[in-house]
Amino acid sequence: MSEELFIQGNEACAKGAIAAGCRFFAGYPITPSTEIAETLARELPKVGGSFVQMEDEIASMGAIIGASWGGTKSMTATSGPGLSLMQENIGYAFITETPLVIADVQRGSPSTAQPTMGAQGDMMQARWGSHGDYEPIALAPASVEEFFYFTIKAFNLAEQYRVPVFLMADETMGHMREKMVIDEDKIDIVPRKRPELTDDYLPFKHVEDGTTPMPAFGDGFKVHITGLTHDERGYPDTNNPETHSKLVTRLCNKILNNRNEISSVFTQFCDDADTVVISYGSPIRAVIEAVLKVRKEGRKVGYIKVDTPWPFPNEQVLELTEGAKNVIVVEMNLGQMYYEVDRLLKQQNNVHLLGKIGGMLPTPDEIISKIKEVEDK
Amino acid sequence: MAEEKTNRFLPYLREDRLPHIFCPGCGNGAVMNAFLAAMEKAEMDFDNMTLVSGIGCSSRIPGYLKCDSLHTTHGRALSFATGLKIANKDLDVVVFSGDGDAASIGGNHLIHAARRNLNITMICINNNIYGMTGGQVSPTSPKGIVATTAPYGNYDTPFKLAELVAGAGASYSARWTTVEMENLVLSIKTALKNPGFSFVEVVTLCPTYFGRKNKLKTPTAMAAVMKANTVYKSAADRMSEKELKDKVVVGEFANKQRDELSEVLDKFSIDTYGKKTLINSAYETDF
Repeated sequence: MSEELFIQGNEACAKGAIAAGCRFFAGYPITPSTEIAETLARELPKVGGSFVQMEDEIASMGAIIGASWGGTKSMTATSGPGLSLMQENIGYAFITETPLVIADVQRGSPSTAQPTMGAQGDMMQARWGSHGDYEPIALAPASVEEFFYFTIKAFNLAEQYRVPVFLMADETMGHMREKMVIDEDKIDIVPRKRPELTDDYLPFKHVEDGTTPMPAFGDGFKVHITGLTHDERGYPDTNNPETHSKLVTRLCNKILNNRNEISSVFTQFCDDADTVVISYGSPIRAVIEAVLKVRKEGRKVGYIKVDTPWPFPNEQVLELTEGAKNVIVVEMNLGQMYYEVDRLLKQQNNVHLLGKIGGMLPTPDEIISKIKEVEDK
Repeated sequence: MAEEKTNRFLPYLREDRLPHIFCPGCGNGAVMNAFLAAMEKAEMDFDNMTLVSGIGCSSRIPGYLKCDSLHTTHGRALSFATGLKIANKDLDVVVFSGDGDAASIGGNHLIHAARRNLNITMICINNNIYGMTGGQVSPTSPKGIVATTAPYGNYDTPFKLAELVAGAGASYSARWTTVEMENLVLSIKTALKNPGFSFVEVVTLCPTYFGRKNKLKTPTAMAAVMKANTVYKSAADRMSEKELKDKVVVGEFANKQRDELSEVLDKFSIDTYGKKTLINSAYETDF
């Protein structure tokens, strides 16, 4: 069965959450993400879920972690200032391996800056925002329909790897209305795996693929969950260098060792490209238009739409840009994913940045000018 | 041969985590004892109890008890407990906290939890000092006391926690001390039975950091001072502000039931949409 809708990105995200099995939302009002909270406040009680407006974003993160250990898929939605407040508890979710989803509808930043204008200034905060070593997963939707399906994917990845997953949208993506189709055959839900209660059960066992099944509080496992460095039993063991390095290495490797499985790109025209344009989220729409135009003029230009900024799709991007002389990163900040691309490709390509801030999307003309500037230099 | 003495509460403990980290003379052990006694008196199902705490000495208590336990970030225990309780209202959720954790960094969550009135019991172990970090002034430190960050005496006026939480709307709020175990046990029992947000402040001793800095050299000396300074609320109500200086007022500050949030949410879903709040739905694929 399929359903055609004309809705806003934030509404699509809320619908995706419900389709994915999210039954708990905690949040705090913040522009331009608020419609996600408003939609879920309305819809969750209809499907046996709960909504709670917390006193701030710190409490919102805490509440969704608590709900997740209560056995319920949970999420929050926010924008830059709220994401800043959430960071300590996000780190707690990483070290305790708590699955949850955080939708960040990005706005002009830093600080309060531009509440109603789009930006992509939180990309590095999603990567490194909390203190310490960890490997996040982040998805960047580029259409209303994608916001729906990526939200489902975010919940699935969160459960599969027991990690917080970021949905890195932006104001344009959140507030834009366009046609979308919900095709039930395309919805696949990954349920949480419940461990077996055995005498030698270890909640934080160092299993080969890095992810152990997760019990719910009340299941009888009597687990101790702590943000302190813990051993396989979950007990604090803070002064043992080996315990710490084993734990944190496993937390990172369970993502890094599955980088190719998790990360994805969409691409066109890279086979013969002299120049490859890399982008993600809203700006990719202008990139595609620009690339189609310059190809008509005979320029060999391709593009890569990065669907998962984190973990960055290293292998795919390396391969797709192999024959290109120039790579241009288009994003709505003064260079964030640009540094990631440059780190990856600097031996292979000349990496350039088209970074635009202020709240307006990069236009196809601006991208075309950049392509010409780079190619005709 | 003399029988080996074991504490009757030992079966409730994670024995493989002992010995605990608490200093000699610390009140945390007494509060743990009082909690377990109250839990038995209230006829709670220990296997259904889930404990949540933040950061600090008292927040280590859940780690020693054989329950599902969530040792969270500093000050935020109540927010985690809020999500946990709403996600599964069948769980009996108890929060252990200290004065710095609950009233300083977590002060906002404290008043909002009281306002929300979820069925959570919070035991706040108030030793009037930051113990874990080595004796800094806390938001409940009495005026004039010496702490490492108040070397010339505390300039600030302390919070009265039980009164603050009662004022914020808790359906049960009380204050007791560790030198009066009987009242404390009965109060925790009442709190556990009360279907709403219940707050029990336990004023306790930190001989290591509070005592040493404030010329109260031994736990017994501290306990004697505390005992001498304890005044029942009924008596305190007739005393002047001057007479109440340095006194610890014990008693109940709120005990009045009102609508509990998780029940309200569940009832709304059932009445309006015929949908009970789902429990453990993360493990399902069919909704």
